[in-house]
Amino acid sequence: MADVGKLLTDIVGKDYVSSEPEELYFYSRDPGLMPPHKPDYVVMPDTAEQIQEIVRLANREKIPVVPMGAGLALTGLVIPLKGGIVVDMKRMNRILYVNEIGRYALVEGGTPQGLLKSYLEKNYPRLRHSIPDAPPTATIAANVLIHGQGRLTQQYGFNSDMVAGLEVVTGTGELCKIGSCALSGDWFSKGAPMPDLSGLFLGWFGATGIITKVAVKLYPRKSLRDVEIFVTDNEDLVPEMVYEITHTEMAEDILIFTQPLPMMFKDNHHVSFYITGDTDEELEFKRKIIWHCLDRFIKSKDGGFMGVPPVMKPVLLESPQRSASRLADVKKGGGFEYSGPIIMVDKYPDCARKVKSLAEKYDLAYSGMGRVIDAGHCMMFAFAFAFNRADEDMMARTRKALEEVSDFVLKIGGLYWKPTVDEQRMALEKMDSNTRRLMKMIKNNLDPNGIMNPGNWEPGTRGWN
Amino acid sequence: MYSLRFDSDICRTCPSGACLVKCQYMDVDKETAKEEMVKISQGKDSFVLEQCVTCYACEEYCKRGNHPFYLITEKREEKGILTSPRAITKQWINIGHPQGKYIIGGIKPRILSFGFMPEFLKMVKGRLFEDIMPSFIFGQEFFCNVVYLHFANTSIIKERLPMVMENFKRLGVEEVVCMHDECYGSFAHLAPAYGIEVPFKPIHYFEYLYKRLKELRTEIRPLKIKVAYQRPCSSRLSSDKHHFVRDIMELIGVDLIEREYQDENALCCGGIFAMCYGYDLAHDVQTRNINDMVAHGAEYCVFNCPACQSTLGEKVAKRDIKPIHMIDLCKMAIGEQP
Repeated sequence: MADVGKLLTDIVGKDYVSSEPEELYFYSRDPGLMPPHKPDYVVMPDTAEQIQEIVRLANREKIPVVPMGAGLALTGLVIPLKGGIVVDMKRMNRILYVNEIGRYALVEGGTPQGLLKSYLEKNYPRLRHSIPDAPPTATIAANVLIHGQGRLTQQYGFNSDMVAGLEVVTGTGELCKIGSCALSGDWFSKGAPMPDLSGLFLGWFGATGIITKVAVKLYPRKSLRDVEIFVTDNEDLVPEMVYEITHTEMAEDILIFTQPLPMMFKDNHHVSFYITGDTDEELEFKRKIIWHCLDRFIKSKDGGFMGVPPVMKPVLLESPQRSASRLADVKKGGGFEYSGPIIMVDKYPDCARKVKSLAEKYDLAYSGMGRVIDAGHCMMFAFAFAFNRADEDMMARTRKALEEVSDFVLKIGGLYWKPTVDEQRMALEKMDSNTRRLMKMIKNNLDPNGIMNPGNWEPGTRGWN
Repeated sequence: MYSLRFDSDICRTCPSGACLVKCQYMDVDKETAKEEMVKISQGKDSFVLEQCVTCYACEEYCKRGNHPFYLITEKREEKGILTSPRAITKQWINIGHPQGKYIIGGIKPRILSFGFMPEFLKMVKGRLFEDIMPSFIFGQEFFCNVVYLHFANTSIIKERLPMVMENFKRLGVEEVVCMHDECYGSFAHLAPAYGIEVPFKPIHYFEYLYKRLKELRTEIRPLKIKVAYQRPCSSRLSSDKHHFVRDIMELIGVDLIEREYQDENALCCGGIFAMCYGYDLAHDVQTRNINDMVAHGAEYCVFNCPACQSTLGEKVAKRDIKPIHMIDLCKMAIGEQP
C-alpha cells in the first residue's frame, strides 16, 4: 500500500496537502442539507501538470478524486461521498489573457467570479462576463460545469453556452484541449465548426475530468443600468409577460420573484427586468419599448409597474446580488437551501403555486424565484426555503419539502439543475434508455476506474440499469 | 360605518363647474361638469368615473367644500371601477398594513408625525426642530391611509383611520405636526368629511417651518436662488396651507419662479400615473413639467413630498436642476447643511 499522503506531498508540496481532521471536517460538507462525508486528503495544486499527476496516482491506487471550486453548489456535488482526495482548485486562480476585440477571457480552473469581475472593471471597463448571483468566491469553471446562470443568461443562454474553450485533465490523466484552442492560438469557440466535445465535461460535475483552464465569452458592458418591476397578482399571466418582454430584445436580465415577506411583496408576482445603455436616450428608449409591450396588462388591470423605492434600487442593481443571504437568515441560524430546476417558462404558474403550498404544508419561510434563460426558451425556478440550522425539525421539514420538489419537477417535464445524487438517479431512471447508454459509454471511457467524483453520474448505481 | 357628507344641490347650483372644467386631464365644459357630478352623486354611470386619473385637484378647484374627489372615489369603489392594476393596489394596501414596527420618540404635547416615510428621520435635525425633537412617531400605526384615494379604496381608509386615531389618542398628544400633506389633509379635512373624530390639532409642517423660521429670522441668509416648486397631489387636500410655500420662499430670500405649472395649475409628479396608467401619461406630464422648470430658469426644484422627490429627483437633476426637499432648503437658509 503506497503512502498516498507522501506521494501527494511530493506532487504539490507539504504546505498544500492535508489529512488533518479539522481540515477534513470542512471539506466533508457544503452549506446545504446533504449529509457530510470526510475525504482522506485535501490537496491544492498549482498547475495542470500537478493535477495530471494527482489523477494518475489516484488511478494507480483506485482512490476517488473530487474536484472542488468554492464548494457552493448546495446540493452536495463536492462532498466526497466515497472519501479519497479533494482537489481544491483555489490556487489556480490566474487570469491568463483577455482578448478585448475578440471578447473573451482565459482563466485558470480555480478563478473566482469576483476576481474576473473586478479585473475587467479595472482593465476592460467596456467588457463583462455573465456573473451568477452566487458569492464572488464561486469559481468560473465550477459554474460552467453545473450549467450555471448569470446576469447575461436571458440574452445569451446558460453560462456554459458562453464557454469559448476548455483545457481539462481527463479521468485518466491526459491533458486535453477542447474547442478552437485545440488547433489555434485563439480561444473563440468551444466546438463549432468542429464536433463540440465540451459536452463530455460540462454538466458532469467533475465525473469525467477536471477543468484546468476555461475561456469565457465577454460581452458589452454599458455605462448605465436600471431595473424596473412589473407586478401581477395572477401567476398564470407571467409566461405571457415574459414572452412580451423577451420579444422586444431590449432586456438584459429577467427575474421573477414571489415571496410573502416583506409585506409589500405578499400575494404578488414580480417580473423584474434590467435595461442597459451608454446614454440616457438609449436607456429611455429601451424602457419605453418594454413598458409599452406590457400595455395590455395595464389596461386590463392585470399588472402594473411598481415604483421601485430608492432604497431598493441599489440592492437590485448589485451584481452579484446579496439579497439571497437575507432569506438565508430569516429564520435565524443561517440555513438556506433551494432546488432550482430548469423548466419551460409556461410552467412558472405551477411552480409558483407549488412553492407556496409546500411552505404552508411544512411551515417554512420561502421564496420562489425564476430566471429567464435564452430569450425565454426555458427558465430556472428556485424553490428556496430558509431554516435554522439549530432546529433539527425545521431542517427535516425542509428536506421533505425539497424531496417533494424533486418528484414534482419530473412530473411537469422539468430537468434538475445541479441535481443531488438522488435526483441524478431519478433523472437516469426517467431518461431515454439509449441516452442513458450513451452517457454510460462516455463515463466509462473517460473514467475507466470510476475514480472521478464517484457517486455522481456513476454507472452501476441504481438508475443506470 | 362612516359616510361622506356630500350635497348634490351644491353641484346643481354651482356657477362654474370648476371641479371638472379646470381638470388638466379631462376636457369638460361647465354644464357637462355639473351634470356629471350630479349623475355621479345619484349613483349613475359617468365617463368621469372611468377617466379620472386621481390627481386630487378637484378637491381644491371646488370652492364650495363639496368634496368632488372623495365622491368620485366612493362611487368608483361602489361600482368596482379599478383605477390601478389589482396587484399595485394590493401592494399598497400591504405596505400600509400595521406591522407593530412603529417607532415612538420622546412624547411631548406636540409631536412630529412621519407617517411611514423614514426619510424624515434624517431630515428633522438642527435648530428648525430643536424645540420639538425627539418627539416623533413613525410607522403604519400612525399612517393616515389617504393614499388609498388613488386606488379608489375608501373602505380601507374608513377601516384603518379610526384605529389610527385611537393610537394617537393613547399617546395623549395635543398637536400633531404632519410632515406630509396627506396626513394633514386626512386629519384636517378628510376625517371630518367622513365624520371621524380627530383627537388632536393637526398642524401642517409648512406652517411649523414658517413660524420657526420667523423665530430664527436673524440667522436667515437670503439664498438668492431661483426655484421651481413641485406641488404634490395631496396638497390639494389642504390647499388652505399652500400659501406657506410662497411665504417661506419670501422669508428665506428665494425667487419662486412664475411658471405655467404651479399653484392651481400644478402637474402631478407622475409617480402614480406610471403605476396606474403606464408610460405615456407619466412621461408626457413629467416632460412638460420639467421643460417648464427649465424654460423658466429654475436652479432648484423644491419638493414637499418625498415620493415626488423619489419620482422626479433624478429626472430634474439630469436637466441641471438640483432636487431639494423644502426642509433642506430651509436648513440651507439658516446656514445648516441639508
